Amino acid sequence: MLLLIVLLPLLAFAAILGGAKARQTAVIASGANLALGLLAAFTWKTWANFWGFSVPVLSTPEIHLSLGFIDGMSVVMLLLSVIVAFAALLTGHAPVGREKLYYGSSLLIAAGAIGAFVATDLFFFYAFHELALIPTFLMIGMLGRGERKAVAWKITIYLGFGSLVLLAGLVWLGAAVDTFDMTAMNDAAVIDPATQKSIAAFLIVGFGILVSLFPFHSWAAPAYASAPAPTAMLHAGVLKKFGLYGLLRLGVPLVPEGLSAWLVPLCVLLLGNILWVGFVTISQKRLDGMLGNSSVMHMGYIFLAIAALAAAPDHPWALPAAVLLMFAHGVSIAMLFGLADKIERATGTLDLDELGGLAKSAPSLAFLFGLVGMASIGLPGLANFVGEVMVFISAFHPGNYNPVAGLGPVQITCILAIWGVVISAIYMLRAYRKVFQGPSGKLTEGAADLSLGDRVPAILLSVVLIVVGLCPNLLLSLLR
Amino acid sequence: MPAYYLEALTVALGLVLLMLEAFGPAHSKRYIGLFAASGLAIILVFGFFAIGPDDARDGATWPEWPIWENFYAFDAMARFYKGFALVCTILVILMAIDFRSVLSRFTDEPGSESGTGEFFALPVFACAGMMWMASAKDLAGAFVALELVTITFYVLVAYLRRNVGSLEAGVKYLILGALSTGFLVYGIAWIYGTTGTMNLEAIAARAGSVESPTALLFGIALVLVALGFKIGAVPMQMWIPDVYQGAPTPTTAFLSVGSKAAGFVLLLRFLEPFLGVDSLRGPVLTLLLLVAIATLLFGNLAALGQTNFKRLLAYSSIANAGFIVLALAAWSEKGGADPGSKSTVGFYLATYLLMTLAAFFILAQVRAQEGSDEIAAFDGLGKRSPVLAGLMTVIMAALAGVPLTAGFIGKFFVFSLAVRAGLWWGVGIAFIGAAAGFYYYFKLIRAMWWNEAPSGAAVVELPKVSHISVFALTTAIVVLGVWPQPVLWLMGGG
Repeated sequence: MLLLIVLLPLLAFAAILGGAKARQTAVIASGANLALGLLAAFTWKTWANFWGFSVPVLSTPEIHLSLGFIDGMSVVMLLLSVIVAFAALLTGHAPVGREKLYYGSSLLIAAGAIGAFVATDLFFFYAFHELALIPTFLMIGMLGRGERKAVAWKITIYLGFGSLVLLAGLVWLGAAVDTFDMTAMNDAAVIDPATQKSIAAFLIVGFGILVSLFPFHSWAAPAYASAPAPTAMLHAGVLKKFGLYGLLRLGVPLVPEGLSAWLVPLCVLLLGNILWVGFVTISQKRLDGMLGNSSVMHMGYIFLAIAALAAAPDHPWALPAAVLLMFAHGVSIAMLFGLADKIERATGTLDLDELGGLAKSAPSLAFLFGLVGMASIGLPGLANFVGEVMVFISAFHPGNYNPVAGLGPVQITCILAIWGVVISAIYMLRAYRKVFQGPSGKLTEGAADLSLGDRVPAILLSVVLIVVGLCPNLLLSLLR
Repeated sequence: MPAYYLEALTVALGLVLLMLEAFGPAHSKRYIGLFAASGLAIILVFGFFAIGPDDARDGATWPEWPIWENFYAFDAMARFYKGFALVCTILVILMAIDFRSVLSRFTDEPGSESGTGEFFALPVFACAGMMWMASAKDLAGAFVALELVTITFYVLVAYLRRNVGSLEAGVKYLILGALSTGFLVYGIAWIYGTTGTMNLEAIAARAGSVESPTALLFGIALVLVALGFKIGAVPMQMWIPDVYQGAPTPTTAFLSVGSKAAGFVLLLRFLEPFLGVDSLRGPVLTLLLLVAIATLLFGNLAALGQTNFKRLLAYSSIANAGFIVLALAAWSEKGGADPGSKSTVGFYLATYLLMTLAAFFILAQVRAQEGSDEIAAFDGLGKRSPVLAGLMTVIMAALAGVPLTAGFIGKFFVFSLAVRAGLWWGVGIAFIGAAAGFYYYFKLIRAMWWNEAPSGAAVVELPKVSHISVFALTTAIVVLGVWPQPVLWLMGGG
């Protein structure tokens, strides 16, 4: 059945090419996917055979097109994908005459992301992600804003190179465990430490480029600022999590010693994400630039969880913490990009100095943006809070913290990283004040509020944030 | 039926085509092309029923003929590469059918097609040569087959006799072709001198005990250089960009796929006996690795700056040759999870055929309808002809090695082989090459989708034959990208 979830967007894409009404088809397909994804979340264990799918495509070496839930992490990522994909397709408004391209590409990105998270064969795990990248490049290059061509070319080359580094790491990993079957990898013989270290380096750099790990992050903010709304939502919200998912799925269990060998450099880099990019975010003059950089910055927290896992591989908390934060961040950043797009449509600008007083003319926009802004800072009661707190605590968990021995690299990193919360609060509240409060400007005075249709995706996403924030066990129970 | 009937039928078809050309109506040569393509298609079908002496019926006399002993082998590899040559020739002829407007402009009075008929007959003869190369068992026979192909190409390259570019390409191809022929004959002489035979099987038996392995190695190196001319590998790659750019587009496509594949099958046949000998294996593989590295570097790095699409494809053809030679340098027999070098080369060539011919089909039409081979001619194609641009995007992504396309799997096989053989230098250089490839193939995607079309640029439409062909090729690229097994079946493995 998982095959159906992956194929639905592809079939919708084909239908759109064949002349079906683009928006309706895309929304219906992603809505059906959302329903199927929810069904899967409830039944993935009991109906494992029903959901799983496997067919051999090559005999030497053995490669299968196989989909399934390896564990609850895949389920959470699938949920994230279908929720954000549905919201992104509802949010998007294609420029006249480009509907096919706009909705078709978004569907391809969704299909690729979903496929990558439920693939259980290394080959297709990689391939599906790549399937999602190409339309991302095309969308930014064709329908982006501002310096679209330069930005799109940069992300194409950057991520293309990152994928190749990753491919090298994955091929090596596959050769080391002698199988491409991700479910069988954990049973393979332990890889010797020297090889682990090299493979881990490839994985950290390869996945790191895809996740915009400092200092490989410079593609991300301009790309998100330029990308059309659904592309930014899907990429920042879902597709970028592929790299983290890959590190958690492959890196942590298979090359634990390799990761711990790179622990200190990893800590330094993730602090680069949180602090360096954090300060860069504060200095942004445009809302889209700020959101793009903030999404890069928040990756640092998830890397912190990975660092905690690298220090203590059988840590019981760090993995759920990372997955929960990935989910929360995906939902919140997608919603932020969606709303930023609405602000631009209403006022024609995203320049913080030109905006102001928007709360008066567009109250519901202001309310929803405020809500998700708070979530992204980490206000208790919303999903991100739970994730961030769990990450911070996991850094001090007895599994990797010995009070007698003093602070290790993970603990020091964690203490510094907590300052990131303050940085987030500064830039987010500042942006909120500049956009929604103060005197109305020329552009914001007559700005229209969200239409009823525009509210649906935003409300859907905020409900998810609140529900998961109040009852994180809904997701955590999947991860146990 | 005995396998050599295939070659005989192909040559006969070529002769019939010449007759038709001479005595048929002069105003349109389309029917000759269609006749040639369907004739080759029938031979392709026959190919599935062709047998070697082992499968002959009891009492048949032909398996006893000395041709099997001395000249002609028929095994899974021969069958595959014969089919390969036929498919490639069919597609090239189909491409030429829709390219007649350009052909006639530079051969005879504009509007008259009376000078274009031979363009459909010559590839058929080249095809016969390529098919024979797939079965070559003897260096002398291989040489004759190779020359049949090369000489046909001399004509095909310079076919546009009123076009300076085509004539220049013809001269360059002729001179370097003759040079490489010299290398080949000289190499064969050295090998014959040390082993006393030209039969590859006999060479395999004697190569281990020759008096002077250095002399034998010298001969091998010379033959490698000569075959490098066919496959487009360093040091005989320098003719490729100019010749590819100047030759008529269908000829370029034929050169870059058919001729290259025939070169590789001959290379496989030639190398196998020496790789079985322990004392020669090491030096030969080192030589191959050096060739692979140099070819990969040259092809990929020189491609980066190209602005002409045809020239870009020429460098891409060198780069791809580098990948295939790398698979040879990482020589391994089939076994376990390892598809082996032979299957990898065959697989890579099959995917290369699909991608390159599809790209040339589109290029031929852009050239015919816009009059330019530059990448700039593709500007804004996404708006002008979205279907065509969509197909081209898939093809370029495949060439760049994006997963879920056939191109990825070919590269993936090569990389796994090289990693398994521990050729870290080769892997590193191939990695750089693949990254560079990503850059230069995506240049075209960028032009098609991101750039604006110049004002007044025409809507490029594919004629029916080209349209069907490109559609079929692109579908095959995607299907094989997800499900590559059928190619292994065709190669007789499973």
